[in-house]
Amino acid sequence: MSDPSSPSHPSLPALEVERYEFSEPRRYVFELERREFMRLFGAGIVVAVAAADALAQESGRQRPQGRGDTPDLAAWIHIDENGHAFVNTGKVEIGQNIRTSLSQTVADELRLPMTLVTLVMADTDKTPFDQGTFGSMTTPRMAPQLAKAAATAREMLIDLAANRWQTDRATLTARDGKVVTRDGRTLSYADLTKGQALTGTIASPPVDLPSDWHVRGTAPPKVDGRDFVTGRHQYTPDITRPGLVYGRLVRPDSYGASLVSVDDARAKAMPGVTVVRDGDFLAVVAPTERAAVRAAGVVQARWTAPSSQPSSATVFEYFKKNPDRAGQTPAIESIQIPAGARTFDASYRIPYIAHVPLEPRAAVAEWEGDKLTVWTGTQRPFRVRTELDEAFHVPEERVRVIVPDMGSGYGGKHTGDAAIEAARLAKAVGKPVKLVWTRAEEFTWAYFRPAGVIDIKSAVDTNGHIVAWAFDNWNSGGAGLQTPYDIPSKSQVFHATKSPLRQGSYRALAATANNYAREMHMDEMARALGVDAVEFRNRHLKDDRLRAVLAAVAGKIGWPKPSAAGRALGIACGTEKAGYVATAAEVSRPSTGSGFKLERIVIGFECGAIVNPDGLKNQVEGSVVQALGGALFEAIDFADGRIRNGTMEEYRVPRFQDVPIIETVLIDRKDIPSAGAGESSMICVAPAIGSAVRAFGKVETALPVRLISA
Amino acid sequence: MARYVLRVNGQDREVDAEPGDSLLSVLRYDFGLTGSRFGCGEGQCGACSVLLDGAAARSCVTRVGSVGAKSITTIEGLAGAAGSKDKASADKASLHPVQQAFLETEAFQCGYCTSGMIIATVGLLKTNPNPSEQDIARLMERSVCRCGTYPRIVKAVRLAAERMRMNNIVAGRTR
Repeated sequence: MSDPSSPSHPSLPALEVERYEFSEPRRYVFELERREFMRLFGAGIVVAVAAADALAQESGRQRPQGRGDTPDLAAWIHIDENGHAFVNTGKVEIGQNIRTSLSQTVADELRLPMTLVTLVMADTDKTPFDQGTFGSMTTPRMAPQLAKAAATAREMLIDLAANRWQTDRATLTARDGKVVTRDGRTLSYADLTKGQALTGTIASPPVDLPSDWHVRGTAPPKVDGRDFVTGRHQYTPDITRPGLVYGRLVRPDSYGASLVSVDDARAKAMPGVTVVRDGDFLAVVAPTERAAVRAAGVVQARWTAPSSQPSSATVFEYFKKNPDRAGQTPAIESIQIPAGARTFDASYRIPYIAHVPLEPRAAVAEWEGDKLTVWTGTQRPFRVRTELDEAFHVPEERVRVIVPDMGSGYGGKHTGDAAIEAARLAKAVGKPVKLVWTRAEEFTWAYFRPAGVIDIKSAVDTNGHIVAWAFDNWNSGGAGLQTPYDIPSKSQVFHATKSPLRQGSYRALAATANNYAREMHMDEMARALGVDAVEFRNRHLKDDRLRAVLAAVAGKIGWPKPSAAGRALGIACGTEKAGYVATAAEVSRPSTGSGFKLERIVIGFECGAIVNPDGLKNQVEGSVVQALGGALFEAIDFADGRIRNGTMEEYRVPRFQDVPIIETVLIDRKDIPSAGAGESSMICVAPAIGSAVRAFGKVETALPVRLISA
Repeated sequence: MARYVLRVNGQDREVDAEPGDSLLSVLRYDFGLTGSRFGCGEGQCGACSVLLDGAAARSCVTRVGSVGAKSITTIEGLAGAAGSKDKASADKASLHPVQQAFLETEAFQCGYCTSGMIIATVGLLKTNPNPSEQDIARLMERSVCRCGTYPRIVKAVRLAAERMRMNNIVAGRTR
């Protein structure tokens, strides 16, 4: 049996950022960089992105590669003179509870109480390189890395003790922060290291199998929970620095707009106010936050924007007409449909949706000479460091990015926009600058989960088996594109297209869209054939893990019988990022009015060996609630380069009364390596609801779920 | 610009501000009380909630000029020393029953909404000491937890309510 804690997780693909996560390019090219571009390439129309890329190549800067698994133990763990372990990881705590779950891993392997383990996270000066916190990679990749580091340290401590006692190391064990002999003598880790670094290389030490876990597999409370209930925790907007001043952007009035003219006389007349203009970048800096708001409010800027930009109504046609790369053969042209098979066609439309993290994008930037330090909320501190390097021509060694545990991101904070803006302002005024985006800026100037169109053509033979499956996805993304069902002729193609709105990653990314379309289509075929939806899926499922979660959920919700007359059930299943999920929904018809009411969700989830059952339950419930937004009401409304529902009032996110009864069934597979769990559990919520609602009438082939005729 | 004296967490604090300035900006930027969070600035998410004379209010849309002599309680002032900046003494202090209930039920993920949720709960329990789950969902509807921990928050509110009722009964007996 292979070592389940090994980072070479058999069921995980090699880390592919592009496949799982879209990344938007940096927004700004400042004057400094434009001059550099002109010097290198001469005058001409400079496309911002092209300039940034070309400069990076021209200057020969290499993207850091492979530093994420440095074998140097001291880079990962230090035990101080009190026997307290400090553990470094470039991962970011965004509410997914990894500060606690990774502490469990280290405590377990190092045989230390959790109170003696402290994680130092997401500080580019202190932690080993990390690509970022996305793709549910922390548990399957970082946890095994820290487990190996901790186990290496533990074995070194045993070596030190054996050396000290001049005894056979095989007679020694480590437990509770001490090395212990068979006759009960002890040496504490503090005594052994005296605070000196344990130096050496992370080897392949014996790492516990999940069946031997003591701290993992239990549910200790969040390590710093008290800081949150007392308000003491400092997020980026709470960071202060001596001499801090405050920035505020003056934003264009629509996407793609260029700055024509500025009248900043009134702002400049305010005490201590500086107006900064660099190309289309326009902002104020003031001695107080309120003065910055007032100063930005009196800057008169005129913008000019391109006309006839696509709208939320026309964008689906736009995608099909605007491929980003040519030559993709549509799936529908690649399948063979046997004669006599019954075919099913549908086209599903997915709108853009917003992340709406409650902590807006924010940064505090400080220059000391040519060294730049930025505190900012991002899921990719090392990438933001690179962005800062490119924007300001400061070598990465002189840029430090620190991410305080975040008011979350949900995939929405992969870029360094606020960091770059704050750093530009701090450079202009020679003082540390804080910048906190407004909610309106969040809705307009961040990025969205991609909208998309998904066309499906399928064929079923006379025995009720699916024999052909063509799945063409425009723009939503490739995550979750592949069907888990066994179908002889199938083709599934992601067509990258141009996007009128800035778009990027989102929790579970395209897996939600792809599973919605696929599972709604499965349901439609089952209904048309008069076959039970669970039986129809099982007929095409070979994967026992997926069958197991489907069976667990069907059993728990009482499939196929709803709990009361007049109600209806729907069910869906899927697999994503090595997690297996099934979700069932129960809906009712309201006594007055039209539409439907969601009464109950049952979700079954299996992600291998469970590290923290309570943390997992919290994540699974939370992702169900977040998924309710996209399933029931979230959609960005836009036209003419403007967002038309960009406020918390107009853009509804799930609230208390939207939440139905949620029952979770967590399957713990101690024999399977742990997969990440922060994302996959949301992917089947929408199709479970959508297929349930079909009992009441025709449901639109779009998100959010709409009953269009009863 | 005018000078205001605000009663914050039991102390009088002075600040120079425009009457229309938000109370949240004064709390965060002038008084350093950053436990009240900026979420939306529209009064729609509740992350900035504070108690004004015991009732929960959204400080982001509360004008400084409208506060007058009302007593302001922020998350830092809810349980005395527990909100102290000195970590050692803060960690030893006991929490308000609502804070304790949120902590025990782990009714948060990223924690950004937590201050506001706790304040909203304290306000709710003052007028409705024994709320049903439906009451809680209805009365907390304007507070947003984007991580979706609503079911746990409902549990935390119920737990806090139960303990506070018990405390009141005990206090009543010993009076």
